Amino acid sequence: MDITVDGLAKRYGEHLALEPVSIKIGQGEFVTIVGPSGCGKSTLLMMMAGLLAPSEGVVRLDDTPVDGPPQGVSVVFQDYGRSLFPWLTVRRNLAMAAVAQKLPRPVLEARIERVLASVGLAGQGAKHPWQLSGGMQQRVAIARALVAEPRVLLMDEPFAAVDAQTRADLEDLVLRLRDEYGVTIALVTHDIDESVYLADRVLVLAAGPGRLIRDIAVDLPTPRGQLTTKRLPRFADLRAEVFSLVMRPELQEVR
Amino acid sequence: MTKATGTASTTAAATTASATDPAAATSAVGHRRTGARTRRALSAVGSLWLLAALLVAWEIVARLSPSVFFPPFSVVLGQFGQDWFAARPQTLFASDRFLESVPVSLSRLARGWLLAAVLGVAIGVVLGRSRVARHLYSPVIRFWMSVPNAALLPIALQFFGITEAMNIFLITFGSMWLIAVNTADGVAGVDPSWLRAARSMRLPRPVLYLRVILPAAAPHILAGLRISLGFGLILMIVAELYATTAGLGHDVALYQQTFRYREMWSAFLLIALIGIALNAAVDLLERRLLRWQRRTGLASL
Repeated sequence: MDITVDGLAKRYGEHLALEPVSIKIGQGEFVTIVGPSGCGKSTLLMMMAGLLAPSEGVVRLDDTPVDGPPQGVSVVFQDYGRSLFPWLTVRRNLAMAAVAQKLPRPVLEARIERVLASVGLAGQGAKHPWQLSGGMQQRVAIARALVAEPRVLLMDEPFAAVDAQTRADLEDLVLRLRDEYGVTIALVTHDIDESVYLADRVLVLAAGPGRLIRDIAVDLPTPRGQLTTKRLPRFADLRAEVFSLVMRPELQEVR
Repeated sequence: MTKATGTASTTAAATTASATDPAAATSAVGHRRTGARTRRALSAVGSLWLLAALLVAWEIVARLSPSVFFPPFSVVLGQFGQDWFAARPQTLFASDRFLESVPVSLSRLARGWLLAAVLGVAIGVVLGRSRVARHLYSPVIRFWMSVPNAALLPIALQFFGITEAMNIFLITFGSMWLIAVNTADGVAGVDPSWLRAARSMRLPRPVLYLRVILPAAAPHILAGLRISLGFGLILMIVAELYATTAGLGHDVALYQQTFRYREMWSAFLLIALIGIALNAAVDLLERRLLRWQRRTGLASL
């Protein structure tokens, strides 16, 4: 599913949170959106998810304009603790994401088991989220997003609340899931390494007002690996480029 | 006020539950378990000594100044056994008097209170979801809540006469607003993150309400239900004192009018015990349904 962002802007009264942005994300592409806090990266993602109405512009999924949460798009939120439902078991949390699709029970159950296995949580379905560690809860959140078999996965700083090692595990998990499920992914992060490591393309946003300042194609070989990829000189170059843009956008604005 | 009560007791429930929950204890070593048990025993002693002291004081005062109006506790206890219990396993040792009064009263309370629960939760959800409705109707409801509900008795009597409907109306009307206001607070306060997640999943409306909004508001709703049950019990007795021909309240009034004070006190004791039992039942339900709330550390919401 192609995502076309056309002149999308958000203002709150007089305050301009995001200047008009236009992006095109192709089927199966992995795009990361990086920038300092206050650059409107989460705002952009929420508008793409149909969870926030834009002030200007439009988002299209394969030519269909988005007005409200569209079918075929799943969102993973930053704070898993407040997006998973603690009163439901893991399995029932997952089932909620597919309610709108009205699947027959056996199909749904098979799908849930498959997704749980993909994220490494086979056999954990009967537990409640609060019985799991933070990293495992975020795996549940990712699994929940996949149960609806989306064609687009939008992730809002999904690994901001977990420790570094868990973070690396989850990054590789998402890369693997992209191949396994063939989804188009847009992932918001403030972590520069992560933005380069995961992406086919990095979109760099600047703050005050929020705006898109650079669209960088990541020409690193696939499959990526925490050691092999991050050791490459090319990775260091890209990382430095993104770093300088995020830290000192005023020196780099050439678009 | 209702909110504070709810929170306090939920936290109290959390403390006791974490000591009893086997899951929490699996990783604990033996002496920690014993420690928890000792602590629990101590807290039981702590909460019971005052009751025991009061009962002893009752006994002493009543014995020192004998009066037909104020029999000693031991006498009331003896009367209590005689009035309400019989050596009959087939009726679970309940006496005829028990079977005549208690089911009548409890069924009134159950019908009135369950109706109040349904209406109260429904009204509360509407108020909680609509800011406009909340602004329009909350003042009226809070006014109703502050009217002592027993004062409604004459009005209810006028409309319904001495009927079963009057009793049920009084119980329902007296307890539903409390449930409505608590539900409205809970529903209005549902974490927006959960609602946003639900919206992104495009949940159909009935699922949104039954599986997300009501469970998320359950801590407040259950607090409202627990407090309102106490109100319901009071109103049941009040209504029965004046306007029935059977039931516990009717018994109390009858014994008072016919100078059977020991029996009156024994009926009081039964009412108190029923109140305690009902409260314990709701407490148990609350603990069961709100396990997630304690475990996620949201008990202070």
